[in-house]
Amino acid sequence: MSEGPVTTETLRKEHPPQASAPEGASRRLPPLRRAFRTLLLPAGAIVLALLVGAAIMIVSSPLVDGDINPMLPLTAYSALVAGSLGSFNAIVNTLVQATPLILAGLAVGIGFKAGLFNIGAQGQFLMGALAAAAVGIATAGLPPILAIPLSVLAGVFAGMAYGFVPGFLKAFTGAHEVVTTIMLNYVAIQIVAYVASGPLRGENASFARTETITTAALPVIAGREGHIGIFFAAIAVPIIAWLLFRSTLGFEIRTVGANPDAARYAGMRPRALIILTMSIAGLLAGLAGATEILGQVGHMPAAYATSVGFDAIAVALLGRAHPVGILFAGLLFGAMRAGAGLMQIQAGIPVQMVNVLQAVILFFLAAELIVRYLFRVRAGGAGVQEMQTITRSYGEQVAK
Amino acid sequence: MPDAVATPTQQSSGDDPERGAVVLEMRGISKRYPGVVANDGIDLEVRAGEIHALLGENGAGKSTLMNILYGLAVPDEGEILLDGTPVEIDGPNDAIRRGISMVHQHFMLVPVLSVAENILLGDEPMANPILLDRKSASRRIRELGASFGWELDPATTVGSLSVGWQQRVEILKALYRKARVLVLDEPTASLTPQETREIFEVLRRLRSEGYAIIFISHKLYEVLEVADRITVIRRGRVVGSRVPSETTEDDLAELMVGREVQLTVDRGESHPGEPLLTVSGLRVQDDRGRDVVHDVGFDVRAGEIFGMAGVAGNGQDELVESLLGLRSVSAGTVTLDGRRVTGASPRRLHQLGVGFVPADRHRYGVVLSFPLTDNLCLNDYYHAPYARGMVRDQDAIGRYANDLIGQYDVRTPSAAVTAGALSGGNQQKVVVAREFDGELRLLVLDQPTRGLDVGSIEFIHRQAIAKRDAGVAILLVSAELDEVLELSDRIGVMYRGRIVQVLDARLTNREEVGLLMATGGREPEAAREAAS
Repeated sequence: MSEGPVTTETLRKEHPPQASAPEGASRRLPPLRRAFRTLLLPAGAIVLALLVGAAIMIVSSPLVDGDINPMLPLTAYSALVAGSLGSFNAIVNTLVQATPLILAGLAVGIGFKAGLFNIGAQGQFLMGALAAAAVGIATAGLPPILAIPLSVLAGVFAGMAYGFVPGFLKAFTGAHEVVTTIMLNYVAIQIVAYVASGPLRGENASFARTETITTAALPVIAGREGHIGIFFAAIAVPIIAWLLFRSTLGFEIRTVGANPDAARYAGMRPRALIILTMSIAGLLAGLAGATEILGQVGHMPAAYATSVGFDAIAVALLGRAHPVGILFAGLLFGAMRAGAGLMQIQAGIPVQMVNVLQAVILFFLAAELIVRYLFRVRAGGAGVQEMQTITRSYGEQVAK
Repeated sequence: MPDAVATPTQQSSGDDPERGAVVLEMRGISKRYPGVVANDGIDLEVRAGEIHALLGENGAGKSTLMNILYGLAVPDEGEILLDGTPVEIDGPNDAIRRGISMVHQHFMLVPVLSVAENILLGDEPMANPILLDRKSASRRIRELGASFGWELDPATTVGSLSVGWQQRVEILKALYRKARVLVLDEPTASLTPQETREIFEVLRRLRSEGYAIIFISHKLYEVLEVADRITVIRRGRVVGSRVPSETTEDDLAELMVGREVQLTVDRGESHPGEPLLTVSGLRVQDDRGRDVVHDVGFDVRAGEIFGMAGVAGNGQDELVESLLGLRSVSAGTVTLDGRRVTGASPRRLHQLGVGFVPADRHRYGVVLSFPLTDNLCLNDYYHAPYARGMVRDQDAIGRYANDLIGQYDVRTPSAAVTAGALSGGNQQKVVVAREFDGELRLLVLDQPTRGLDVGSIEFIHRQAIAKRDAGVAILLVSAELDEVLELSDRIGVMYRGRIVQVLDARLTNREEVGLLMATGGREPEAAREAAS
């Protein structure tokens, strides 16, 4: 296809049967090459982001070294690698950082599979965190064997309930989940602020936060901070993958996502599936929040500065909404977070550089035509569905 | 080197005094897409004052060739000559500037804009650098229409016009831009027989005024009726050129498909039994809450095909959707086999033996991103043997899919290929395989062959007849009048949400049904009055 993208689009729109032939040819590739093609786009986005990051570092190197230092990116990136993979503790830290990203990433990813854009992972995460903290403090008198499961379950249920609401609204009133979940994110922030600075405020705390969680704290089993919450993510990935690709429920979720009309004709119930999918998403994000509070933070701050629920969108997109892809995307972002500290110490690059990299990756995923052009990747293969979900019009009606 | 052989024969193809000079010549056009040769050394020569039909199945390369002509695609090889001068066409605007215009099958009109605005779009005449010169443009459009005897108010909104009139607006648009070569892509696809005749008159008129017309179609009798020359394309190559007086429908079909084709289904006598589907007093509303099906009643007997004819948009879609549980019913009853199924869910109906081949297969028929395995068990995924409890049995699903693929002759490298990778005909075979399989009582076929090639149409018609003979009740809804006439035992004509008449298929003809479709059985004048 030597013509520009616009031409190809026009062709495809006007003459679907014929234009499908060339596309079809690329879909008939053997599985290995198809997998390669699917991976090429995210990999290309990462490579480009690292190059853009390097350019930013070189341009700003006078601020660090007093002069242009073309080697600064190398120093910074090797520190990033050393900080995330260089030692046992570094690896454990990478896993700890990746855990909430993977869980919340699954929450966004399963939404994409059902054709839903769950921006509300942040709110679901916060509600899960708050509920886990509240129960964790309330069960301080109980032994860990009871306190931990109760607190985790509280977080799971709170997240699930918080995902149920936008699902219900979408199914029965047609309220778009993007609008409702964004609003619910603000509601969650305010609820957390109120509860942690009001009814549950810790007495001896120097700033507005709850008491410290004691018996419900997740035990550390590896390195300095490798808590058992890592296993939640490790177990959630195969369970969600099984659910999506091996169970009838997952088949229904994917069908509703890919073609709601065909799903309805096939006897599936899109409304129920939208509610269920949003609830499962909320469950996963709530688990992420519970894990983070019980395993990492140890209390619930009233002004909890986290962006896990939003980073999860990037994770889900980079992982192409596939559980295994989300696992690796979460590990990558986790590694960058884990290594950022060493990068700041050794190269003088602020930890915020990691956010820049993450944003640029997302940019290139969204503007995939650029990556396609630079890496000569043809259209097709899996993964375009997420972007369609994001760009789909807000006026669409829920299938009756 | 196909062009080396083909070019001389083109030159010798007679200098008919009737026809004018060669306006457009496409020489040795080749276009390859990865894995597909869409055009392979195609030669095409069109003269002023001729209607040149381009005939070929879907995927034969007609659209690619026309996209190249219209500047939407760049050929890998070959050249385009306008008035004997080689040109490179750089996009649609360039094509229009050079006098090539295209009337697409799906009109490229903006429904909310007026006729004048639609015609001016893309080439707006300016009174001054800021304001449009609407007045003189309207006058020119009115004059242009009047020269065809059309009373067309340039201020009318396009959305309020019938399909036939919209097509005339498209043609006016082309003429307004001083087109000399006019390409019409399946112009009769959604017209009634009457409208088709009218558009043919327009084409003949344009021919007599010296326009060069390329007429793309796969309806053989239309091509024979209106064309001066016919070029047949198969798999990207020109396989033959014919003059209508020296060819037949069978000859053209064979050229198109590459083998002998049975154009009319050998359907034999039907032996209808008891009514299986009984509909009475049915009222249905559309998405905007307007009543579009009024008090419709009919029955379909076991072992018969009941054809529902009608111009698109007369309530057929809503009627079908309500019968399948996809749209709620405001009044009336539907019984299947004596069982009341008014408003039953799609799954319940499927369990009772109702199959459905939808008009829009991309909407209801297949999930394009899913493999054939999943598409073939889309209705039955939830029960044994395809699932045990919540666990899907991939082996059973795969075996079933391979079974159906063999049985219904779906051309695919494997069952793991996504439905989107198949041609339209094969996608439809997937739908037919899924819906025709199993214990069937009623089949609803909604435009089952729309956009399909001759070979696939033949196949689907045969399958339908076989099901009829096996005692299945079949409701066939189609805007394709020929299909309704050819397959049905009885024909109900729908007009503005009512069944205006039920005819015995053996005792009626195209004209009678066509007139009923267009007017609802009233005098044409009265109908026109009511329409305005």
